[in-house]
Amino acid sequence: MSTPAAGSGSPAPSAATVDRPGVINARPVRHPWRWVAIAVILVLVAMMISSLVTNPKWDFGFAFQIMQQTPVLEGLWKGTIFGTIASMILGVGLGVVLAVMRLSDNPVLRAVAFAYTWFFRAMPRYVLLAILGSLGFLYAQIRFGVPFGQQIASSLGLSTDLTFFGFSWNDISSTIWVGVIGLGLSEAAYMAEIARAGILSVDKGQDEAARALGMSSGQRMRRIVLPQAMRVIVPPTGNETIAMVKDTSLLTAVPVLTELYYQAYLFGQRGFKIIPGFVAATLWYLIICSILMVGQSYLEKYFGRGFGAIPKKTKEKLMKIEADH
Amino acid sequence: MANPAGAPLVHAVNVMKSFHGNDVLKGIDMDVHKGQVVCLLGPSGSGKTTFLRCINQLETIDGGRIWVDGDLMGYADKGGVLHRLSDKAIAAQRRDIGMVFQRFNLFPHKTVLENVMEAPIQVKREPKKEVEQRAMELLAKVGLADKPAAYPGQLSGGQQQRVAIARALAMRPKLMLFDEPTSALDPELVGEVLTTMRELADTGMTMIVVTHEMGFARDVADRVVFMDGGVVVEEGPPSEVISNPQNIRTKTFLRRMTEGG
Repeated sequence: MSTPAAGSGSPAPSAATVDRPGVINARPVRHPWRWVAIAVILVLVAMMISSLVTNPKWDFGFAFQIMQQTPVLEGLWKGTIFGTIASMILGVGLGVVLAVMRLSDNPVLRAVAFAYTWFFRAMPRYVLLAILGSLGFLYAQIRFGVPFGQQIASSLGLSTDLTFFGFSWNDISSTIWVGVIGLGLSEAAYMAEIARAGILSVDKGQDEAARALGMSSGQRMRRIVLPQAMRVIVPPTGNETIAMVKDTSLLTAVPVLTELYYQAYLFGQRGFKIIPGFVAATLWYLIICSILMVGQSYLEKYFGRGFGAIPKKTKEKLMKIEADH
Repeated sequence: MANPAGAPLVHAVNVMKSFHGNDVLKGIDMDVHKGQVVCLLGPSGSGKTTFLRCINQLETIDGGRIWVDGDLMGYADKGGVLHRLSDKAIAAQRRDIGMVFQRFNLFPHKTVLENVMEAPIQVKREPKKEVEQRAMELLAKVGLADKPAAYPGQLSGGQQQRVAIARALAMRPKLMLFDEPTSALDPELVGEVLTTMRELADTGMTMIVVTHEMGFARDVADRVVFMDGGVVVEEGPPSEVISNPQNIRTKTFLRRMTEGG
């Protein structure tokens, strides 16, 4: 059509000069305040760098030395990294169990899960670790056996106390394991809430479809609901893991001293240069957390399969099948 | 088969169900014989979907009894006293009953092939090789032989619903339940799903279909059951109920349906 519709406001151009509007090449909106903000930030960054370079008390050379000391590295591996991994395994495992209990039909399980979450969320980690470290004052011996075994045995006049095995709490009270138990139990309370939110986020129709196929409640949870819940569970769990890396510095409360922060601090103190000790610990924490963030993004991609963007591998498979036809 | 020849595959007597004091089913009687296709019609809220879900125990019934292939669903009758079956026993009863949902409910984290293979492998513990072969045959039958590696999210609604049919058939069910299988589809995709269901009916599968597709009910059903307000209002061959309804409620409903279409 070369003639515009009748009644349009503009005067109708003659057929020969009609030129329909083409590609838009408009001037963008100007943002002068962005340039002001950039200038301010640049000045602040320059001031910061200048202070880092000119103030000799930072002493980065010494900080790098501290980072490489054997006790610091040992604290990093055996305390911070091992502590994080072990506590998170315990926390995630127990947390998922608690979440499933919390959502079960069984009122006893629901109440237990609720009470657990209530207690361990209210308990500061530092205090919990200190209590576990001192548990030996309350219970010197930990025994596993028949409940009330000692009382039963004495009333029946038996020679044994019905204990299968036991150990002295003080033998383990300053080991990383006590720290792992404390941090893991505390983490489970938070993970329980995260896992519960994840499970509730899965459409009810998924469980029904699995039910209609004759799957048992365990199969439905393991194979259908949890894998989909992971999409919601993984991002906050990454958050929790990164928080856990830093919370391992609380292990000194047990006291577990083979731990990154304390060891780095000790070196700074011994050299009468306390700041480089803090810098060394900070740099290690930054490195670990950066690595964890990369790992998290991979996990998110894996559990996001079937949602949103198509994974590359599936795309290749699909193209191959189409080519075969 | 456990029950004598001539006994219905689905035998429902006086089925009652209420949600929070709201009576949804007020005593439904229904017999479906082997190889029959029965369409449940009726306005929304009439209880058709609820009745369908009671058959495979997705809802527990408050009164009456449902037998499928001679098995009392959900309970064990011990000398006149009913004992609720365990979850495991109910899961076993569901294995032989396939269900197709309005909103497909495919497992989005599994590929099309994995969706179809899941239950035979996990529930029946059949060998993977065999199941895979059967799954590919079923996908070919529903016209999706080229999509085994796709995820449900990459398929159209009609394709997803056909996968859902294949997934249910992979368990070799005696009975298939369809809960408004085309209601969530774009109009141009309804045909492909109905064609698949017609083909399934031609193989002699026993089917109970809740639907608003009058054409399908007229052509495929051996019997249509019209429900309203939690009771069966009228039932019979489609030629009678759809073409020449006797009850005033059936007449009103059918007039509305044809006006709408």
